Amino acid sequence: MAAKVLAEAGYKVALMEAGGDYDPAKEEHRTQMRWPWESPRRGAGTVRPFGDFDAAIGGWDIEGEPYTRKNGTSFDWFRSRMLGGRTNHWGRISLRFGPLDFKRKDQDGMGDNWPVSYDDVKPYYDKVDKLVGVFGSKEGIYNEPDGFFLPPPKPRLHELYVKKGAQKSKVPVIPSRLSVLTRKINNDRGVCFFCAQCNRACQVYADFSSSTCLVKPAMKNGQTDLYTYAMVREVLTDDKGMATGVAYIYKPDMKEYRISAKVVILAASACETARIMLNSKSKYHPNGISNSSGVVGRYLHDSTGADRMAFMPSLLDRDRYNEDGVGGLHVYSPWWLDNKKLDFPRGYHIEYWGGMGMPGYGFGFGMEQNRKLLLDKMGVPAPNGGYGASLKKDIRRIYGAFVGMSGRGESIPQYDNYCEIDPNTVDKYGIPVLRFHYKWTEHEEKQARHMQDTFEEILTNMGGQLMGTKPGADAQYGLAAPGRIIHEVGTTRMGDDPKTSVLNSYGQAHECKNLFVVDGGSFVSQADKNPTWTILALSWRTSDYIVDQIKKLNL
Amino acid sequence: MDRRENLKLLIAGSIGAGYLLTTGCTPKGEDPKNLKLVFDYGRTEEEKLHDAKLMEETFFTERERKMIDILVDIIIPKDEISCSATEAGVPDFIDFMMRDYPKFQVTMRGGLMWLNARSLDSYNKEFTACSEEERMTIIDRIAFPDQALPEDGQGVAFFNQLRNLTATGFFTSKQGIADLGYVGNRPNEWDGVPEEVLQKHGLSYDARTLEVCLKKEERNMIANWDAEGNLIRS
Repeated sequence: MAAKVLAEAGYKVALMEAGGDYDPAKEEHRTQMRWPWESPRRGAGTVRPFGDFDAAIGGWDIEGEPYTRKNGTSFDWFRSRMLGGRTNHWGRISLRFGPLDFKRKDQDGMGDNWPVSYDDVKPYYDKVDKLVGVFGSKEGIYNEPDGFFLPPPKPRLHELYVKKGAQKSKVPVIPSRLSVLTRKINNDRGVCFFCAQCNRACQVYADFSSSTCLVKPAMKNGQTDLYTYAMVREVLTDDKGMATGVAYIYKPDMKEYRISAKVVILAASACETARIMLNSKSKYHPNGISNSSGVVGRYLHDSTGADRMAFMPSLLDRDRYNEDGVGGLHVYSPWWLDNKKLDFPRGYHIEYWGGMGMPGYGFGFGMEQNRKLLLDKMGVPAPNGGYGASLKKDIRRIYGAFVGMSGRGESIPQYDNYCEIDPNTVDKYGIPVLRFHYKWTEHEEKQARHMQDTFEEILTNMGGQLMGTKPGADAQYGLAAPGRIIHEVGTTRMGDDPKTSVLNSYGQAHECKNLFVVDGGSFVSQADKNPTWTILALSWRTSDYIVDQIKKLNL
Repeated sequence: MDRRENLKLLIAGSIGAGYLLTTGCTPKGEDPKNLKLVFDYGRTEEEKLHDAKLMEETFFTERERKMIDILVDIIIPKDEISCSATEAGVPDFIDFMMRDYPKFQVTMRGGLMWLNARSLDSYNKEFTACSEEERMTIIDRIAFPDQALPEDGQGVAFFNQLRNLTATGFFTSKQGIADLGYVGNRPNEWDGVPEEVLQKHGLSYDARTLEVCLKKEERNMIANWDAEGNLIRS
């Protein structure tokens, strides 16, 4: 976003990318509209963690680029090494933070308020909506602000069951809000043709990824130079502590290069940005650049996540039709309760899944425990396992009969959840790596317990038979390990007090005024909303501020 | 089987695997650039090389492969709708998965050995030499996890793995997807659940849903909003 805004404002931009160029419209990059048999592993996740056709190149573990963990705590770090990074495969759920989300400390006394309010960010959310495109519906819910929406797609069959079941539990179900073009917004990008494969990246650019929607326009007027396979090691500074550029390793020749700049903007993802800053040590910045507070890397937090699944007898023997729809949910449940009446402080939203999707690796697994769900005409369950024509028939019958839901919630940022530089380890480029220390607190556990209760209630109301057992306290109520939801933010948080924050409210480093951060690092708290839309809005706001400051000769 | 013979079969198998006959055997140490990079579905260079290396080998010996061919067709036979697992290429897929996910290997190879041991115990011949009736007597001991005897637990675990891989291999093949009736993965204009399906399930779209949701005829019209963010519908 920053590259686009600054290039269009007429500035020269050097865009540093640690991976290769990527364009889903190019045949050699295309994984969209492929059949499972085109992959020898039928789409299994042995090479790419979310499956062979997923657009993300990288994953939880990248050869030669380790990270470590401290004191037996857990954090899993997902990285995509490619132009556009993780925006190429994400869920496209594009939710604005609401007025309450920016001021949580005012409500429950925990964490900190943002130095900005919804009113500060709203104009940028509006601009992002129009530039990128997002479908949704105007609902008038105070903390789920409406935007400039494209029309949402109609719910699928299981989503109508969800609506019915959730209604009984007084849980609202509204059209989802995804950055997928159900209508054209301009002539540069195509319109969604409903293949349900947004995670494979769209060859007609009908969904948002930064590579297709931002880098392309940024490159258009020749103001932007793209440096691929450039692994940034540190921000260089002069003797007054001002940023002068970056040092990077060019992967093909493994040599170090330097590039100078008047302004350095980091958008490497929250943890990678913190890593670069911590590795940028100098006489002026002995603790890492703009880190005399020691806050860089601190307050790392991810969304909470838990899920549950059920078998729907009413969805056995389904009529076949093309149910692909957009890539992801057509409906969702925004947070609907008042935490003052609950034993945990922050909310969650619910995402729903199911339907007759394209079979991939793993389809047909589990008949050794699921076949008994199928009853014959006399009501007698089929024997688990088995073989032969009857097994084949039962797999056909059960296709599209499972429904699931996932909660995605807000955690409380903790000073003691952090990433730091591991004093003993470097990656293959010689760059010191991150070491993570992360533990969930009772707040997140209690929230997950509430999710599990809600999931069971809705699924049962829908006529579903719950699958598996309800995770209890010993399993943290099914709470996903930190990092697994891939919403990690907060490592270079903004604030008015330089002693307790890294950036000011414009994403400008307190101790290095020509250094900016425009990724999720700046988040004071990650609402139960997915972070992308807020990253885009804040990045645009920062970019406008940079242009303004350059004009005023402050930079 | 002695080791040397086993090795010979492995090499023979790699040619006979039928996956991609363009892939020859590359002697160890040869420049990886000479590997034939046969997969092209949005792969990075590293991924192409990785898969090309996997394609150089075969997991099953010829003897094992004969057993697999029999077993997968027991699990997914030809019926009035579609072909059998072997006809859909499932054994090649399973062989690949053994190489792609080596954790499968012990259960698979050990399970085949287990099966032969039971055949020898009961009928004094290997599984492939057994009659169909004899084979099914052994399979019935391990195909139904809830009814199996505790001493057959290892066989059950093997057969569960084989059932999973066979089912998934079949239903992700061209023939299997046609059998299943999946009709997506092509450009479409999603306009909701067909009316007759809604009726069958006693469900309907409420008036507000119909009002706010996409009308397919407006898809290609460039969107515009008023100052309050109301989409201008026309």
